[in-house]
Amino acid sequence: MYNFDFVKPATVAEAVEALSGEEAQALGGGQTLLPTMKQRLASPATLVSLTGIADMQGVSQKDGAICVGGATPHAVVAANAGGYPALAALAGGIGDPAVRNRGTAGGSLANNDPSACYPAAALGSGATIVTNTREIAADDYFEGMFTTALNEGEIITEVRFPIPEKANYQKFEQPASRFALVGVFVAKFADGVRVAVTGASEDGVFRWAEAEAALSADFSPAALDGLTVPADGMISDLHGTGAYRAHLVGVMTKRAVAAA
Amino acid sequence: MTKVEMTVNGKSVSGDVEGRTLLVQFLRDGLGLTGTHVGCDTSQCGACVVHVNGVAVKSCTMLALEADGADVSTIEGQAAPDGTLNVIQQAFQDHHGLQCGFCTPGMVMSAAALLKDNPKPTEAEIRHYLEGNICRCTGYHNIVKAIMAASGQDVGAVAAE
Repeated sequence: MYNFDFVKPATVAEAVEALSGEEAQALGGGQTLLPTMKQRLASPATLVSLTGIADMQGVSQKDGAICVGGATPHAVVAANAGGYPALAALAGGIGDPAVRNRGTAGGSLANNDPSACYPAAALGSGATIVTNTREIAADDYFEGMFTTALNEGEIITEVRFPIPEKANYQKFEQPASRFALVGVFVAKFADGVRVAVTGASEDGVFRWAEAEAALSADFSPAALDGLTVPADGMISDLHGTGAYRAHLVGVMTKRAVAAA
Repeated sequence: MTKVEMTVNGKSVSGDVEGRTLLVQFLRDGLGLTGTHVGCDTSQCGACVVHVNGVAVKSCTMLALEADGADVSTIEGQAAPDGTLNVIQQAFQDHHGLQCGFCTPGMVMSAAALLKDNPKPTEAEIRHYLEGNICRCTGYHNIVKAIMAASGQDVGAVAAE
């Protein structure tokens, strides 16, 4: 990896200042960024570590939502988000134990890998992504593979996940990487059901509107009978064709409803 | 170069590192603690697992400067000063939990992290926890047996499936 300057600010304000520099890049737990830099696919001049900012650490529950600090590792969410079991389970299923001790919620959402788990939780929960300047609804946040509404130098300080009546996340793992080949997050709220799919689409995480409508009328696996997502626009690679992934979306959604 | 300071196996250490210096490079090249191995260098294999502030991390995917001020434990700190193996290391020896030994430092450190949080794990829990540690020799059964034994449990029922 190319060399860089490393800074570890103690406050959000200091981090924002450091990120205003030329070719500065925020660093969460580094579980994606450091491998990317090793491959020389990224070469920032300055890395601004966010893990030393106390205000961005920890999990709390308020106003019917689980609030996760942007720099909170997955293992801490898994252990402390008991008020939202599906979210805790999702965090506890990312990567492996050592990766979960470093990787962060904000880092995952800022990167928006099309096969990552957190985007499904955020979109499926209708979460609010809180940054140093504003609050962004999950529906407005994800803009395609590795693309988000974040501006240059904007930092995710907190993510607020409204707690649904019922929810479940089902991940069909790509066995080598443990990323989702297809992952489906289903959440039933008083005013309707949200279904978010990760791993499948070339556009990244998306909501499956037909399934949401069917499940809002009848929250049962049978309500999904006959519903399919088109294979067009699904990721095709050596791990699975687009048609395979499209089929898995239906299967995993049924499993998530059954398990919720 | 930037000065980094941390505690490694109970001793205060320091050194000059670049921004890009990985924790595993600092441990191996800076401190001569070559028990921590670099297998894949892509955070897949787990041969580089050490503990940072009490939790297991892959030291090939953490910068040395991220560990500034941290309390780090490596495989070298596991045995007693007179060389007596700790209970996990001894169990690996007793149950033939290694063949070539390359993955063993990471396996032992992951096992220690597991047993700290879960003193009596089931066989399934052990296998699940070791998802991030790859062994190409043993087929894992004897590693699982060793960890069961280290937790004081009967290993007779561990499947040789």
